[in-house]
Amino acid sequence: MTDQRYTSTAIALHWLMAVLILGSFMVGVYMHDLPLSPMKLKIYSWHKWAGVTIFLLTLARLAWRATHRPPALPAAMPRWQQSAAHVGHVLLYLLMIVIPLTGWLMSSAKGFQTVYFGVLPIPDLLAKNKELGDTLREVHEALNFLMIALVAGHVGAALKHHFVDRDDILTRMAPHRPRKEQAP
Amino acid sequence: MRHAIAAFALLAATGAHAEEYNAVLADKSAVTFVYRQMNVPVEGRFGKFAAQLKFDPVKPATATATIDIDLASIDAGSAEANDEVAGKAWFNSKAFPTARFVATAIRPLGGNRYEAIGKMTIKGRSQDMTAPFTFTSQGRAGIAEGTLAIKRADFAIGEGIWADFGTVANEVQIKFRLQAEAQASKK
Repeated sequence: MTDQRYTSTAIALHWLMAVLILGSFMVGVYMHDLPLSPMKLKIYSWHKWAGVTIFLLTLARLAWRATHRPPALPAAMPRWQQSAAHVGHVLLYLLMIVIPLTGWLMSSAKGFQTVYFGVLPIPDLLAKNKELGDTLREVHEALNFLMIALVAGHVGAALKHHFVDRDDILTRMAPHRPRKEQAP
Repeated sequence: MRHAIAAFALLAATGAHAEEYNAVLADKSAVTFVYRQMNVPVEGRFGKFAAQLKFDPVKPATATATIDIDLASIDAGSAEANDEVAGKAWFNSKAFPTARFVATAIRPLGGNRYEAIGKMTIKGRSQDMTAPFTFTSQGRAGIAEGTLAIKRADFAIGEGIWADFGTVANEVQIKFRLQAEAQASKK
Protein backbone atom coordinates (compact mmCIF):
# COMPACT_ATOMS: atom_id res chain seq x y z
CA MET A 1 0.00 0.00 0.00
CA THR A 2 1.41 3.36 -0.98
CA ASP A 3 1.10 6.34 1.28
CA GLN A 4 -1.21 8.81 -0.39
CA ARG A 5 -0.27 11.63 1.98
CA TYR A 6 2.59 14.07 1.84
CA THR A 7 5.20 13.55 4.55
CA SER A 8 4.81 15.66 7.69
CA THR A 9 7.92 17.63 6.65
CA ALA A 10 6.32 18.57 3.35
CA ILE A 11 3.02 19.43 5.05
CA ALA A 12 4.73 21.58 7.69
CA LEU A 13 6.75 23.46 5.04
CA HIS A 14 3.66 23.96 2.87
CA TRP A 15 1.55 25.56 5.60
CA LEU A 16 4.38 27.56 7.14
CA MET A 17 5.08 29.05 3.74
CA ALA A 18 1.38 29.64 3.08
CA VAL A 19 1.24 31.80 6.21
CA LEU A 20 4.53 33.58 5.44
CA ILE A 21 3.65 34.29 1.80
CA LEU A 22 0.14 35.60 2.49
CA GLY A 23 1.40 37.59 5.48
CA SER A 24 4.30 39.12 3.54
CA PHE A 25 2.02 39.93 0.62
CA MET A 26 -0.48 41.76 2.80
CA VAL A 27 2.27 43.56 4.71
CA GLY A 28 3.89 44.53 1.40
CA VAL A 29 0.65 46.02 0.07
CA TYR A 30 0.08 47.85 3.36
CA MET A 31 3.58 49.17 4.03
CA HIS A 32 4.62 50.87 0.81
CA ASP A 33 2.61 54.06 1.20
CA LEU A 34 2.93 54.44 4.96
CA PRO A 35 4.40 57.80 6.04
CA LEU A 36 7.96 57.45 7.29
CA SER A 37 8.01 56.41 10.95
CA PRO A 38 9.97 54.00 13.15
CA MET A 39 7.10 51.54 12.66
CA LYS A 40 7.49 51.74 8.89
CA LEU A 41 11.22 50.99 9.18
CA LYS A 42 10.42 48.02 11.43
CA ILE A 43 7.75 46.68 9.09
CA TYR A 44 10.09 46.97 6.11
CA SER A 45 12.75 45.00 7.96
CA TRP A 46 10.26 42.33 9.04
CA HIS A 47 9.04 42.04 5.46
CA LYS A 48 12.62 41.56 4.23
CA TRP A 49 13.36 38.98 6.92
CA ALA A 50 10.18 37.10 5.95
CA GLY A 51 11.29 37.22 2.31
CA VAL A 52 14.71 35.75 3.12
CA THR A 53 12.97 33.07 5.21
CA ILE A 54 10.61 32.22 2.33
CA PHE A 55 13.60 31.94 0.00
CA LEU A 56 15.44 29.58 2.39
CA LEU A 57 12.32 27.48 3.04
CA THR A 58 11.77 27.20 -0.72
CA LEU A 59 15.26 25.74 -1.04
CA ALA A 60 14.31 23.25 1.69
CA ARG A 61 11.13 22.36 -0.20
CA LEU A 62 13.03 21.89 -3.45
CA ALA A 63 15.43 19.61 -1.58
CA TRP A 64 12.42 17.66 -0.31
CA ARG A 65 11.01 17.40 -3.86
CA ALA A 66 14.38 16.21 -5.14
CA THR A 67 14.50 13.40 -2.60
CA HIS A 68 10.80 12.42 -2.39
CA ARG A 69 8.19 11.52 -4.92
CA PRO A 70 5.00 13.45 -4.14
CA PRO A 71 1.79 11.42 -4.06
CA ALA A 72 0.42 10.89 -7.57
CA LEU A 73 -2.52 12.87 -8.89
CA PRO A 74 -5.80 10.94 -9.10
CA ALA A 75 -5.87 8.81 -12.25
CA ALA A 76 -9.40 10.08 -12.99
CA MET A 77 -8.10 13.64 -13.37
CA PRO A 78 -8.24 14.81 -17.02
CA ARG A 79 -4.85 15.17 -18.64
CA TRP A 80 -5.18 18.95 -19.16
CA GLN A 81 -5.86 19.40 -15.46
CA GLN A 82 -2.80 17.33 -14.57
CA SER A 83 -0.71 19.50 -16.89
CA ALA A 84 -2.21 22.70 -15.48
CA ALA A 85 -1.47 21.51 -11.94
CA HIS A 86 2.10 20.72 -12.90
CA VAL A 87 2.68 24.09 -14.61
CA GLY A 88 1.01 25.91 -11.71
CA HIS A 89 3.29 24.26 -9.16
CA VAL A 90 6.43 24.94 -11.21
CA LEU A 91 5.43 28.61 -11.49
CA LEU A 92 4.73 28.83 -7.76
CA TYR A 93 8.17 27.43 -6.93
CA LEU A 94 9.77 29.76 -9.47
CA LEU A 95 8.07 32.80 -7.95
CA MET A 96 8.94 31.70 -4.40
CA ILE A 97 12.58 31.92 -5.52
CA VAL A 98 12.42 34.94 -7.83
CA ILE A 99 10.24 37.25 -5.72
CA PRO A 100 12.59 37.27 -2.69
CA LEU A 101 15.50 37.78 -5.10
CA THR A 102 13.85 40.83 -6.68
CA GLY A 103 13.12 42.17 -3.20
CA TRP A 104 16.74 41.77 -2.17
CA LEU A 105 18.02 43.37 -5.39
CA MET A 106 15.52 46.23 -5.08
CA SER A 107 16.61 46.85 -1.52
CA SER A 108 20.27 47.01 -2.60
CA ALA A 109 19.50 49.30 -5.55
CA LYS A 110 17.59 51.61 -3.23
CA GLY A 111 20.65 51.77 -0.98
CA PHE A 112 19.42 49.68 1.94
CA GLN A 113 21.27 46.50 2.67
CA THR A 114 19.24 43.54 3.92
CA VAL A 115 20.43 42.48 7.37
CA TYR A 116 18.68 39.19 8.21
CA PHE A 117 17.04 39.45 11.63
CA GLY A 118 19.21 42.52 12.20
CA VAL A 119 22.32 40.37 12.64
CA LEU A 120 23.31 38.74 9.36
CA PRO A 121 24.19 41.25 6.61
CA ILE A 122 23.41 39.87 3.17
CA PRO A 123 25.85 41.28 0.61
CA ASP A 124 24.58 43.81 -1.89
CA LEU A 125 24.87 42.52 -5.44
CA LEU A 126 23.81 45.87 -6.88
CA ALA A 127 25.16 49.31 -6.11
CA LYS A 128 22.76 52.11 -5.26
CA ASN A 129 20.88 53.17 -8.39
CA LYS A 130 17.55 54.94 -8.06
CA GLU A 131 16.18 54.13 -11.55
CA LEU A 132 17.09 50.46 -11.22
CA GLY A 133 15.56 50.42 -7.73
CA ASP A 134 12.27 51.83 -9.07
CA THR A 135 12.23 49.29 -11.92
CA LEU A 136 12.88 46.41 -9.54
CA ARG A 137 10.09 47.68 -7.29
CA GLU A 138 7.68 47.43 -10.22
CA VAL A 139 8.96 43.95 -11.12
CA HIS A 140 8.62 42.83 -7.47
CA GLU A 141 5.07 44.17 -7.36
CA ALA A 142 3.98 42.65 -10.70
CA LEU A 143 5.41 39.23 -9.80
CA ASN A 144 3.60 39.38 -6.48
CA PHE A 145 0.25 39.97 -8.13
CA LEU A 146 0.98 37.09 -10.50
CA MET A 147 1.84 35.00 -7.44
CA ILE A 148 -1.36 35.89 -5.64
CA ALA A 149 -3.40 35.03 -8.77
CA LEU A 150 -1.66 31.64 -8.87
CA VAL A 151 -2.30 31.13 -5.15
CA ALA A 152 -6.00 31.92 -5.73
CA GLY A 153 -6.05 29.32 -8.53
CA HIS A 154 -4.19 26.86 -6.29
CA VAL A 155 -6.70 27.30 -3.45
CA GLY A 156 -9.66 27.23 -5.84
CA ALA A 157 -8.44 24.01 -7.43
CA ALA A 158 -7.86 22.38 -4.03
CA LEU A 159 -11.38 23.30 -2.91
CA LYS A 160 -12.87 22.05 -6.19
CA HIS A 161 -11.06 18.71 -5.71
CA HIS A 162 -12.35 18.46 -2.15
CA PHE A 163 -15.96 19.53 -2.58
CA VAL A 164 -16.74 18.74 -6.22
CA ASP A 165 -14.48 15.84 -7.18
CA ARG A 166 -14.42 14.58 -3.59
CA ASP A 167 -10.89 13.21 -3.95
CA ASP A 168 -8.00 13.29 -1.48
CA ILE A 169 -6.00 16.17 -3.04
CA LEU A 170 -6.77 18.56 -0.17
CA THR A 171 -6.71 16.09 2.71
CA ARG A 172 -3.33 14.64 1.79
CA MET A 173 -1.80 18.09 2.38
CA ALA A 174 -4.02 18.82 5.42
CA PRO A 175 -2.18 19.43 8.69
CA HIS A 176 -4.03 16.58 10.45
CA ARG A 177 -4.45 13.06 9.26
CA PRO A 178 -8.19 12.56 8.78
CA ARG A 179 -9.85 9.81 10.77
CA LYS A 180 -10.06 6.55 8.88
CA GLU A 181 -13.55 6.10 7.59
CA GLN A 182 -15.20 2.87 8.66
CA ALA A 183 -16.17 0.59 5.86
CA PRO A 184 -19.92 0.08 5.90
CA MET B 1 67.85 75.57 27.71
CA ARG B 2 69.40 72.76 25.77
CA HIS B 3 65.90 71.50 25.03
CA ALA B 4 64.88 74.85 23.75
CA ILE B 5 67.90 74.98 21.44
CA ALA B 6 67.20 71.46 20.23
CA ALA B 7 63.60 72.35 19.59
CA PHE B 8 64.62 75.47 17.74
CA ALA B 9 67.11 73.52 15.66
CA LEU B 10 64.43 70.96 14.82
CA LEU B 11 62.01 73.69 13.86
CA ALA B 12 64.62 75.37 11.70
CA ALA B 13 65.52 72.08 10.05
CA THR B 14 61.94 71.15 9.22
CA GLY B 15 60.82 74.72 8.71
CA ALA B 16 62.11 74.71 5.18
CA HIS B 17 59.59 71.97 4.29
CA ALA B 18 56.85 73.10 6.56
CA GLU B 19 53.83 74.24 4.66
CA GLU B 20 50.63 75.57 5.94
CA TYR B 21 47.72 74.09 4.05
CA ASN B 22 45.16 76.85 4.07
CA ALA B 23 42.95 76.63 0.98
CA VAL B 24 40.32 73.88 1.08
CA LEU B 25 39.27 72.60 -2.34
CA ALA B 26 35.53 72.10 -1.96
CA ASP B 27 35.13 69.90 -5.04
CA LYS B 28 37.80 67.50 -3.81
CA SER B 29 36.45 67.37 -0.28
CA ALA B 30 33.48 65.51 1.13
CA VAL B 31 31.39 65.26 4.26
CA THR B 32 29.54 61.96 4.51
CA PHE B 33 27.95 60.04 7.34
CA VAL B 34 26.84 56.57 8.34
CA TYR B 35 23.92 55.74 10.60
CA ARG B 36 22.13 52.52 11.39
CA GLN B 37 18.41 51.85 11.10
CA MET B 38 17.19 48.40 12.16
CA ASN B 39 20.89 47.61 12.34
CA VAL B 40 21.27 48.33 8.62
CA PRO B 41 24.15 50.72 7.92
CA VAL B 42 22.93 53.57 5.71
CA GLU B 43 25.26 56.08 4.09
CA GLY B 44 24.46 59.69 3.51
CA ARG B 45 26.25 62.87 2.56
CA PHE B 46 26.09 66.63 2.71
CA GLY B 47 26.30 68.24 -0.71
CA LYS B 48 27.22 71.68 0.60
CA PHE B 49 29.64 72.62 3.32
CA ALA B 50 32.30 75.24 3.88
CA ALA B 51 35.58 74.29 5.52
CA GLN B 52 38.35 76.55 6.68
CA LEU B 53 41.66 75.01 7.47
CA LYS B 54 45.05 76.32 8.45
CA PHE B 55 47.18 73.33 9.14
CA ASP B 56 50.90 72.81 9.15
CA PRO B 57 51.66 69.17 9.95
CA VAL B 58 54.86 70.28 11.67
CA LYS B 59 53.16 72.89 13.80
CA PRO B 60 49.74 71.45 14.60
CA ALA B 61 49.52 73.64 17.70
CA THR B 62 48.92 76.70 15.56
CA ALA B 63 46.33 75.05 13.38
CA THR B 64 42.74 76.14 13.07
CA ALA B 65 39.84 74.31 11.48
CA THR B 66 36.15 75.01 11.02
CA ILE B 67 33.50 73.09 9.10
CA ASP B 68 30.09 74.60 8.40
CA ILE B 69 27.63 72.08 7.03
CA ASP B 70 24.55 73.19 5.12
CA LEU B 71 21.92 70.83 6.57
CA ALA B 72 19.45 71.41 3.74
CA SER B 73 21.97 69.79 1.38
CA ILE B 74 21.62 66.44 3.13
CA ASP B 75 21.17 63.18 1.31
CA ALA B 76 20.10 60.80 4.07
CA GLY B 77 19.68 57.79 1.78
CA SER B 78 16.25 58.35 0.19
CA ALA B 79 13.98 61.22 -0.87
CA GLU B 80 11.57 60.23 1.89
CA ALA B 81 14.33 60.42 4.51
CA ASN B 82 15.54 63.79 3.18
CA ASP B 83 12.07 65.29 3.62
CA GLU B 84 11.76 63.75 7.06
CA VAL B 85 15.09 64.94 8.51
CA ALA B 86 14.48 68.57 7.49
CA GLY B 87 11.52 68.61 9.89
CA LYS B 88 11.36 69.85 13.47
CA ALA B 89 11.87 66.42 15.03
CA TRP B 90 15.21 66.07 13.25
CA PHE B 91 17.39 69.02 12.18
CA ASN B 92 14.66 71.66 11.99
CA SER B 93 16.87 73.04 9.27
CA LYS B 94 14.74 76.11 8.60
CA ALA B 95 15.46 77.37 12.11
CA PHE B 96 18.97 75.83 12.34
CA PRO B 97 20.35 75.70 8.80
CA THR B 98 23.97 74.97 9.71
CA ALA B 99 25.92 72.44 11.72
CA ARG B 100 29.32 73.72 12.78
CA PHE B 101 32.46 72.14 14.12
CA VAL B 102 35.17 74.47 15.38
CA ALA B 103 38.49 73.00 16.42
CA THR B 104 40.05 74.76 19.37
CA ALA B 105 43.19 72.64 19.39
CA ILE B 106 44.86 70.05 17.21
CA ARG B 107 47.14 67.51 18.82
CA PRO B 108 49.62 65.19 17.12
CA LEU B 109 49.11 61.50 17.95
CA GLY B 110 52.24 60.26 16.20
CA GLY B 111 52.89 59.46 12.58
CA ASN B 112 50.32 61.10 10.37
CA ARG B 113 47.63 60.86 13.02
CA TYR B 114 46.18 63.85 14.81
CA GLU B 115 43.12 64.75 16.77
CA ALA B 116 41.04 67.88 16.56
CA ILE B 117 39.51 68.96 19.82
CA GLY B 118 36.63 71.32 19.51
CA LYS B 119 32.99 72.07 19.68
CA MET B 120 30.17 70.70 17.55
CA THR B 121 27.00 72.76 17.31
CA ILE B 122 23.82 71.37 15.77
CA LYS B 123 20.25 72.53 16.30
CA GLY B 124 21.34 75.13 18.85
CA ARG B 125 23.09 72.57 21.03
CA SER B 126 26.85 72.35 21.54
CA GLN B 127 29.03 69.45 22.57
CA ASP B 128 32.77 69.18 23.13
CA MET B 129 34.13 66.64 20.70
CA THR B 130 37.37 65.05 19.65
CA ALA B 131 37.82 64.07 16.03
CA PRO B 132 40.72 61.77 15.18
CA PHE B 133 42.07 62.28 11.68
CA THR B 134 45.02 61.52 9.46
CA PHE B 135 46.86 64.04 7.37
CA THR B 136 48.71 63.02 4.25
CA SER B 137 50.52 65.17 1.72
CA GLN B 138 50.21 64.36 -1.96
CA GLY B 139 52.27 66.82 -3.93
CA ARG B 140 50.83 70.24 -3.32
CA ALA B 141 47.72 68.85 -1.72
CA GLY B 142 47.22 67.88 1.88
CA ILE B 143 44.35 65.60 2.79
CA ALA B 144 42.77 65.48 6.22
CA GLU B 145 40.52 62.47 6.70
CA GLY B 146 38.73 61.73 9.91
CA THR B 147 35.59 61.03 11.82
CA LEU B 148 33.33 62.94 14.15
CA ALA B 149 31.42 60.32 16.11
CA ILE B 150 28.31 62.00 17.45
CA LYS B 151 25.32 60.80 19.39
CA ARG B 152 22.23 62.21 17.77
CA ALA B 153 20.38 62.51 21.10
CA ASP B 154 23.02 64.99 22.33
CA PHE B 155 21.73 67.38 19.69
CA ALA B 156 18.04 66.43 19.85
CA ILE B 157 18.26 65.02 16.31
CA GLY B 158 15.26 62.74 16.06
CA GLU B 159 12.77 63.67 18.75
CA GLY B 160 9.34 62.31 19.66
CA ILE B 161 8.61 59.00 17.95
CA TRP B 162 12.22 58.87 16.73
CA ALA B 163 13.79 59.32 20.19
CA ASP B 164 13.96 55.55 20.71
CA PHE B 165 17.25 54.09 19.47
CA GLY B 166 15.67 50.72 18.61
CA THR B 167 15.02 51.71 15.00
CA VAL B 168 17.50 54.52 14.37
CA ALA B 169 20.67 54.12 16.42
CA ASN B 170 22.01 56.95 18.55
CA GLU B 171 25.51 56.77 17.10
CA VAL B 172 26.18 58.61 13.86
CA GLN B 173 29.61 58.78 12.29
CA ILE B 174 30.30 61.94 10.34
CA LYS B 175 33.26 61.40 8.05
CA PHE B 176 35.18 64.26 6.55
CA ARG B 177 37.76 64.37 3.81
CA LEU B 178 39.24 67.81 3.37
CA GLN B 179 41.71 68.40 0.62
CA ALA B 180 43.68 71.64 0.91
CA GLU B 181 46.54 73.36 -0.80
CA ALA B 182 49.17 75.69 0.54
CA GLN B 183 48.57 79.10 -0.90
CA ALA B 184 50.75 82.11 -0.24
CA SER B 185 48.96 84.65 1.89
CA LYS B 186 48.34 87.93 0.16
CA LYS B 187 50.04 90.18 2.62
